[in-house]
Amino acid sequence: MENLLKVEKITKKFGNFFANHEINFEVRKGEVLAILGENGAGKTTLMNILFGHYTPDSGNVIFEGHKIDFGNTNSAIKLGIGMVHQHFTLAENLTVLENIMIGKQSIFSLSLPKKDARKKLLRLSEKYGLPINPDSMVTDLSVSEKQRLEILKTLFLDCKLLILDEPTAALTPQETEALFATVREMVELGLSVILISHKLNEILRVSDRIIVLRDGALVGEVNTNSAVRSEIAEMIVGKKIEYPKKQDVKRKSQYLQLTDISYKSLSFPAVQNINLTLSGGQILGIAGVAGNGQTTLAKLLSGHLKPSSGEVLFYENKKVNTSPKSFMNLGLAYIPEDRNSDGLVGEMEIWENVIMTEIDTPYFRNKFGWINKSKSFERATNLCNLYDVRMQSIRQPCRLLSGGNVQKLLLGRWLMRSPKIIIACQPTRGLDEGAIASIQKLLLQARAKGSGIVLISEDLDELLSISDDVAVMYKGALSEPINTEQTDKLSIGLMMAGEGF
Amino acid sequence: MIEFFEIFLTAGFWAATIRIACPLILATLGEVLCERAGVLNLGIEGIMSIGAMVGWMTVFLGADLYTGILAALIIGGVFGLMHAIFTVYLGASQHVTGIGITMLASSLGFFIFKLILPASTTPPKIKPFQPIDIPFLSDLPFFGQALFQHTPFTYLAIVAVIFAFWLMNSTPLGLSIKMAGENPMALEAQGIDVFLVRTIAVVLGSAFMAVGGAYLTLSAFDAFYFGMINGRGWIAIALVIFASWKPERALLGALLFAGLDAYQVRAQQLAGAVIPYQFFLMMPFVLSIIAMIIAAKRTRYPKALLVPFRRGERH
Repeated sequence: MENLLKVEKITKKFGNFFANHEINFEVRKGEVLAILGENGAGKTTLMNILFGHYTPDSGNVIFEGHKIDFGNTNSAIKLGIGMVHQHFTLAENLTVLENIMIGKQSIFSLSLPKKDARKKLLRLSEKYGLPINPDSMVTDLSVSEKQRLEILKTLFLDCKLLILDEPTAALTPQETEALFATVREMVELGLSVILISHKLNEILRVSDRIIVLRDGALVGEVNTNSAVRSEIAEMIVGKKIEYPKKQDVKRKSQYLQLTDISYKSLSFPAVQNINLTLSGGQILGIAGVAGNGQTTLAKLLSGHLKPSSGEVLFYENKKVNTSPKSFMNLGLAYIPEDRNSDGLVGEMEIWENVIMTEIDTPYFRNKFGWINKSKSFERATNLCNLYDVRMQSIRQPCRLLSGGNVQKLLLGRWLMRSPKIIIACQPTRGLDEGAIASIQKLLLQARAKGSGIVLISEDLDELLSISDDVAVMYKGALSEPINTEQTDKLSIGLMMAGEGF
Repeated sequence: MIEFFEIFLTAGFWAATIRIACPLILATLGEVLCERAGVLNLGIEGIMSIGAMVGWMTVFLGADLYTGILAALIIGGVFGLMHAIFTVYLGASQHVTGIGITMLASSLGFFIFKLILPASTTPPKIKPFQPIDIPFLSDLPFFGQALFQHTPFTYLAIVAVIFAFWLMNSTPLGLSIKMAGENPMALEAQGIDVFLVRTIAVVLGSAFMAVGGAYLTLSAFDAFYFGMINGRGWIAIALVIFASWKPERALLGALLFAGLDAYQVRAQQLAGAVIPYQFFLMMPFVLSIIAMIIAAKRTRYPKALLVPFRRGERH
């Protein structure tokens, strides 16, 4: 097959850190090329270079014989490269049609040919099987519709090469299937696609060829039909990963009970009539597509929000004031969804973050009531050793830690308190395979010690492998829990799309 | 009591409302343009002030009135460009830069005025725009006097609203401006230069503001003095929120505020002895605040307002 794009010796540094180091590869006409790698391996940086967002320190990108000008997306777009970014690049206050047609003419043109644009949009929408209403406001679209719009936007600019950066991050399994059908369709019609992902299973199903990046360098290239899953997984991480196995644990008494909890407000998605029980030694998984009320539920469970109606009961039907503090004092730990903004203070040092939850304990005070630094340092050092938080010094600010280490620190801080109940909200989201395995291992260890855990996650594989039961959230309602032995990915996926609600 | 209602029935009241509204309309449109692109322009008060001075001075030095408007337009654009260089290209704080521009522009304006006319104690005067009667329409009872006996500058302000409405809703530039203020990455992803779009919006918006200032010296009054903008720029900042960043609603908001102002002057004359005049002076502001509270509840801010766009950074 003919080459469409050739990447030659691309190197990009951020400070002293090589985000990309001498990367060479090519994309052929009519193929799906997958780029795999952990977070921070340099995939997104590389794509931002191809698309012209970033200027590399050295190297060239050649598209159909033309060099791409860097630092300016216009050149890549004119040549026929389209990119769907990991985070949507849509203006929510405009309509679908308006979002699509921008960029087609010069901004100094005096007319806005909406009629022609609408015709072309509808034609493309039919050709590629991507239904959309041109007059909807973007803010009213669902996540998968927004993604469809992103793809149509690039097709509208007549792209020949489509870059999809982590396109399935926010999709249900069914929506993912539909997306991949579209990708195959586009390739049939002569386009080329670069697919970036860290989900290996998906890549193996849809791609023709795979290249793997690790620490900014290209470490492997394989044809998908001759690829072996475990070999690629090792290539991505650079070593063997051991996934934790769930052991049988004796259930303890009931630790937490929610009866008919409802919550209504403008700032968070509403939840209605939630019933839930959690026992010690149980992991209760909560599945659902983002935005169906999981965040609200997590905040209700951790005492950050007071339910509009219904009751939260601890242990033997004990009731306490709704506040994070009083819940904590009952032995509850909370891993927030956004670990960087709600879990830790990035600008503060590691040891400060470690003792943040312990600051009322006399042990960490000296006789004047000031912070006892030597005991605090000791605690921080112990924690980092115990939970394998890789850092240079406990005096470094937390924001310099990688996502996996931040999460280990956060989880470790709670585990030091031997919590009875753990509310873990998306604890492995955005982490790479190695870190995911360690976090899951820590959760399973806590379970073995008798903690009850509510695990809110969008990753079905994770939920099915480590939780005892799974309940699904859809539009603010929570299903009955189902034993994970008696269900599979497909039926949970259907429930996530609203079946049975 | 009935006299207080009769004010609304006088054509003079409506004519005054339109007159008072004009500088506010122009200034608010200017601020709408800037903020829609994601740039708060607190330079408004100073830009209006220097626009007022430059417009007036141009005419005083012998040019005709339309050249005066053009001169104000250009000086507004120059200060807009300064604001854009700092806030758009260098990503400086929009608040600090804006306030700096206001202090610079208003003081510089008065300084230049004093350099050219050092000795004047009573401000010299020019012959400003005169009302023109629109044929036939101006003869209509009531409406004729209220709507069709204004200066050309007043009609120009109305044309400006139509222009801004057309720009925002029917041109690729307007669409780009709206997108730059909502999600600049969306614009960049479509191959459009965010910096350029924001700069154009700020320059154009600032030119509108300066022309709004020039309305005071070329049409409403006939002289320039220090501090004559008297907070109109700040009112415009509030009106932008009332207008939900839409040109057509900016017209409505400016008319509402101007109406309250025109009313309080007349109400003061009626009740001067009974109620202290300060109460009436306060009224338009209090009522504006109430109107804003009601209107702003439903308001959606441009999401990228105040957020500098930095190209090629990790996000």
